[in-house]
Amino acid sequence: MTPLLVATGLSVHFPVSTGLLSRGGRVVRAVDDVSLSVDAGETLAIVGESGCGKSTLGRAVLRLVEPTSGLVRFDGVDVTRLDQAALRKLRRRMQMVFQDPYSSLDPRMTVREIVGEGLVIHRLARGPALDARVGDLLARVGLPRDAMSRRPHAFSGGQRQRIGIARALAVSPDLIVCDEPTSALDVSVQAQVLNLLVELQAELGLAYLFISHDLKVVEHLAHRVAVMYLGRVVERAPAASIFARRRHPYTEALLSAAPVPDPGARRARLAIAGEPPSPLSPPSGCAFHPRCPRAVPGRCDVEAPALTDEPHAVACFFPD
Amino acid sequence: MTDVALSLSGLTVSFASGGGRVRAVEDVGFELVRGETLGLVGESGCGKSVTSLSLLGLLDPDVARVESGAARLGEVDLLRLSERELSRVRGAKVAMIFQEPMTSLNPVYSVGAQIGEAIRLHRDVSRKEARARAISLLSRVKIPAPEARVDAYPHELSGGMRQRVMIAMALACEPEVLIADEPTTALDVTIQAEILALLSELQRSMGMAILLVTHDLGVVAEVASRVVVMYAGRVVERAPVEALFARPLHPYAAGLFRSIPPIGASQRGEARRRLPTIEGVVPSLRELPRGCRFEPRCPERRPRCAEEEPPLTSQGERDVRCHFPLA
Ligand SMILES: Nc1ncnc2c1ncn2[C@@H]1O[C@H](COP(=O)(O)OP(=O)(O)OP(=O)(O)O)[C@@H](O)[C@H]1O
Ligand code: SF4
Ligand SMILES: [Mg+2]
Repeated sequence: MTPLLVATGLSVHFPVSTGLLSRGGRVVRAVDDVSLSVDAGETLAIVGESGCGKSTLGRAVLRLVEPTSGLVRFDGVDVTRLDQAALRKLRRRMQMVFQDPYSSLDPRMTVREIVGEGLVIHRLARGPALDARVGDLLARVGLPRDAMSRRPHAFSGGQRQRIGIARALAVSPDLIVCDEPTSALDVSVQAQVLNLLVELQAELGLAYLFISHDLKVVEHLAHRVAVMYLGRVVERAPAASIFARRRHPYTEALLSAAPVPDPGARRARLAIAGEPPSPLSPPSGCAFHPRCPRAVPGRCDVEAPALTDEPHAVACFFPD
Repeated sequence: MTDVALSLSGLTVSFASGGGRVRAVEDVGFELVRGETLGLVGESGCGKSVTSLSLLGLLDPDVARVESGAARLGEVDLLRLSERELSRVRGAKVAMIFQEPMTSLNPVYSVGAQIGEAIRLHRDVSRKEARARAISLLSRVKIPAPEARVDAYPHELSGGMRQRVMIAMALACEPEVLIADEPTTALDVTIQAEILALLSELQRSMGMAILLVTHDLGVVAEVASRVVVMYAGRVVERAPVEALFARPLHPYAAGLFRSIPPIGASQRGEARRRLPTIEGVVPSLRELPRGCRFEPRCPERRPRCAEEEPPLTSQGERDVRCHFPLA
């Protein structure tokens, strides 16, 4: 079976203006040579800390930002080469759910307009059929049908996130890019939304590209996990294998830093020194070397390790 | 025995709301013991921040009113102090740090100037001494190259560094009590781990008590010794951290813990299992249930719960507000 989504050597570089003398052509390598694939019905989680490029990667896959180089194939079609009209058509099959349930819904639109927008754009339904479909979608995500005539401000954060999910589902997509869809929510509301995502996947065979910094959520949801650091994938493996054995020292640090809701489990951490470097001036060699407890001078600061082959791929000279 | 650094009792705060007033917190109390970290947890809007802000007189007086309560810090009642008296206590005896350090730091002054100002507010020292002390505080909160960073402006620092600066400012006068409202919520986990470790270390060396306000149960489990759980403006459970996590007595606390995605699920082949949820939503303060505030959502409810609000009752070393606490 060929995967639903394949990205090969995907890069997104943003030009930076450094004030008056900004002709130097400096760029931020937000996403740098990333390859990944997502099967139909599968969840690939992208994890990493703020600024590592995970949101940009999600957007580049949908061409909401233009990739600088590399290839994205969706169901065999080269997305990077589509003209705007063809791209719009393809977006019916690739949708997105955003992190902030407050800013991602237009406050002036009714829920009917928000959820039905895609159906109208793609001419999938109109009039009473549109209302019926929107009503069904709202019911499916656990909202009353009469929510239709209200505007976003009348809903709580969790309800708004359901509206965002209904909007994405409206056009019957095959893939939804979820960018931190639960991180603005309280745990009890998060649980409701996670259950909904799992149910919808089982029912509709949806694939998710699930972007998150929350490892508990990722372990719950993901079939496979890719860990990003400074624009690159440093480890990629099936969820069961990455949570059993973190091979990259950064993955190890990330997992050991995450607080565990069990007071009996307070433990020594693998401390990593300092803060992530600026993507404007990435370190030489392995980008993680300045913070890495395993770094070997003369090797890690000179040469960049390549990502090894699946099934448990890692980009480190001294993996566990 | 006067190990208690701060003792809050019977705090009720109301807000002007659509012509009337609503009570955002009602009869909230706890004791903060010297050298300990007390976690104040609960979901968005349950009244954690209103509680902590009222301790320092930081509520907006145009809309908020402390209806009753006492907050004893040694001889004084923080809730009875005038603005002038409060400003003397703030920073010197009780200090506070917030979620977003950028909004609490002034963008147009260097961090050294701001820390120096915090010191000179309470101590009679020269500018030069204040600057030297600022540098030593920056190094105490482990900011690299403090002699250089002292002249940096807030926007030149990362979020983690800004939070360190806030901590340095808060600790400038070695307060007895530090109130930390979601101090690491905006930070990445690796930075959060460092900030939490830093706070514990400073706490050990200075012996201060910390009130840690957070919605993150993982953070509470890591650093708190006792926990207060709030729901819809009420304390529903108060307990030592181990006891609470091992066996919550209040149905709401139990529901909250169950809804956390379990660690290790991928190893047991239990990923994507349905998570237990708390049905329904938090009630609006304008239409609180007549009986127990959790009753409409509670799996344990019985007829009495809708009629009569349960009091907070002691069960050994813990307290719970429920007619039918879990065994
Ligand atoms: N200035 C205000 N005017 C009116 N109501 C307010 C005001 N500030 C807070 N409230 C209300 O008081 C209640 C408690 O709010 P509070 O900020 O203490 O919650 P919280 O537990 O800190 O939540 P979060 O986890 O979101 O920070 C909420 O219903 C809130 O809407
Ligand atoms: S008093 Fe009744 S409704 Fe309230 S928490 Fe206890 S059992 Fe549930
Ligand atoms: Mg708050």
